[in-house]
Amino acid sequence: MPSGYVPIFIFLAVAILFPVATIIVAKLIRPSAPFLTKLEAYECGIKAASDSRGRYTVRFYIIAILFVIFDVETIFLIPWAVRYHAFGWFGVVEVVVFLAILFVGYIWAYKKGALQWV
Amino acid sequence: MDFLLLSLIKAAVVAAVLLTTLAYLQWVERKVIAHIQVRLGPSRVGPHGLLQPLADVIKLITKEDLIPPHVNKFFYLAAPFLAITMSLLSISVIPFGSEVRVLGQTTWMQLTDLNIGVLFILAVSSMGVYGIALAGWASNNKYSLLGGLRSSAQMISYELPLSLAIASPLLLANTLSLRELVQKQGGFEFGFLPRWNIFQGPWPQIISFLIFVIAGFAETNRVPFDLPEAENELVAGFHTEYSSMKFAAFFMAEYANMITVTCLTTILFLGGWQPLFPASMGSNLVPPVIFVLAGLVALYHGLNPARRKDRFTLPVFAVVFFALAAVFLLPAAREAILPLFWFAAKTGFLLFVFIWIRGTLPRFRYDQLMAFTWKFLFPVAVLNLLVTGLLVALVP
Amino acid sequence: MDVILFLVFAIIAVLCAINVVVQTHPIASALSLIGVMGSLAVLYLLLGAEFIAAAQVIVYAGAVMVLFVFVIMLLNAGEEVHRGRSFVVQVLGAPLLIALLGLLVYFAQRLFPGAPMVRFGAFRGGTAVAVGRALFTQYLLPFEVTSVLILIAILGAIVLARKELD
Repeated sequence: MPSGYVPIFIFLAVAILFPVATIIVAKLIRPSAPFLTKLEAYECGIKAASDSRGRYTVRFYIIAILFVIFDVETIFLIPWAVRYHAFGWFGVVEVVVFLAILFVGYIWAYKKGALQWV
Repeated sequence: MDFLLLSLIKAAVVAAVLLTTLAYLQWVERKVIAHIQVRLGPSRVGPHGLLQPLADVIKLITKEDLIPPHVNKFFYLAAPFLAITMSLLSISVIPFGSEVRVLGQTTWMQLTDLNIGVLFILAVSSMGVYGIALAGWASNNKYSLLGGLRSSAQMISYELPLSLAIASPLLLANTLSLRELVQKQGGFEFGFLPRWNIFQGPWPQIISFLIFVIAGFAETNRVPFDLPEAENELVAGFHTEYSSMKFAAFFMAEYANMITVTCLTTILFLGGWQPLFPASMGSNLVPPVIFVLAGLVALYHGLNPARRKDRFTLPVFAVVFFALAAVFLLPAAREAILPLFWFAAKTGFLLFVFIWIRGTLPRFRYDQLMAFTWKFLFPVAVLNLLVTGLLVALVP
Repeated sequence: MDVILFLVFAIIAVLCAINVVVQTHPIASALSLIGVMGSLAVLYLLLGAEFIAAAQVIVYAGAVMVLFVFVIMLLNAGEEVHRGRSFVVQVLGAPLLIALLGLLVYFAQRLFPGAPMVRFGAFRGGTAVAVGRALFTQYLLPFEVTSVLILIAILGAIVLARKELD
């Protein structure tokens, strides 16, 4: 591993130790007097009518799928952008073809209403 | 000096500065919002409420920490850790200034420079989604779950235009290292126009700058995209069931993300630590002039106090400002802190814009939010990338 | 140093992978899978493939697993109920697993007898620039075909969700 990553691990240790330390300190000095009403799920004072884990709209699922697909596309564009000057016109053509094919898919998803949030 | 020891010292300094900035950013936000709304804001603890962050920390630490019995305990406890650790971690590749000499050591004002710096920040921030999604799910509360779902769906949706907006300055700079990105933006066009990516030809990156900032607002869950915490519908969103330091962890994570986004905007588009105009036109004199003016304003108000205690506090502030101005005139110190000043000034301005918008704009509706990114921001970002590519190929 | 790091993260990866199977709750399994992806990314880094490491975290840990977690959350997939394992599984499970791993190692040795050993830090072609050069010159056709693959993925996703959309 290049040595540039060593400080990352050091900082990661700091970033882990900081919340651990504060939570331990807080545990030592804070009061603790829980009782049943206080511990109930917060629903603005009304007793919880049902369990919170039900089924939710399929929109979130479609968004996640589309995100995976277009994220793959984006990650392909990064090495292209980084070596752009070496490619010249050839690079433009390559990516225009790539994006044109994907654009068809985008338009189709748009027309089918997959991007519509109702 | 040993590389490891140097890294340890730098990590400690960065962590200390970052945590202090986090605490005071919150004070600044409360003050600015207060003045936008014609209030005074925090003013009781210390002069002008300057000790308020300390009081907040004490308050949060001594609060009772409730763990409701209906939560999924392991994930409930892991979520705030994940959020705060990931948001702190991404600051480790940000270059704050150029090379400095301290005690005979030459080092960069940056913890470490990676070949894939930009991607590192993207990767770490994409891990931050789990902190929020898990918090919402593990809390077993309807508000939390809805807030967590909304927030993670929003964050992943805005990540696409965000990464596409990053790609256009990469086309110009051809590097992923954040330090090299800033170095390539040095120098001036026609002797006065800085070669920042937002000004640089053939296609000034104003569109990608705007896309990046807008997506940045959404990634940090800030107004006008703070749907996950829309208090009139979701109480407090994904952290409804969190109290004490665990709540504070989410709070700090949000502010740390804000700092990362503004730092990254500064580096990608606003030339990092490069000055706004050349030193030959007196850019080195900007910091002392600003601090002298600030000192004069403080002195004036100290001599004509609105409240009794201002008579003592404001002259002290004035002296501090004058001392800062003097430091910027010292040739030895100037070399090191001028880049730092420019970086801090740009980042600070962007942070102010974040707060300003929070004080100004109403909140989006969720369908508007989603339609905005998928139907407008994303295609515009792709088009902008293509146009940038074409123009760079046309104008070698 | 590199060998120690390799061993640490390889062990983390294997432990997380075992945890994926052992855990009864789907969310716990999904998070262990993220652990596997993360430690794999560190292994790529150790081999010098920086861009692949970043892409591994961004695409696999950051995008694909978000989809998994979403599906688990949205379907409200609950804890798996332990049923009594069948007699055959109890007796033959572990020996068969070991036999399978042994066979895999054996055939890997047979097929690539003279394969060179990995030397940490020897590989320098893993930067984004190097990946870009390979991807847009040597592997241009596979790259363009990938876009067709992604297009098919979009069509598939929309068709799957069409019932709800209409």
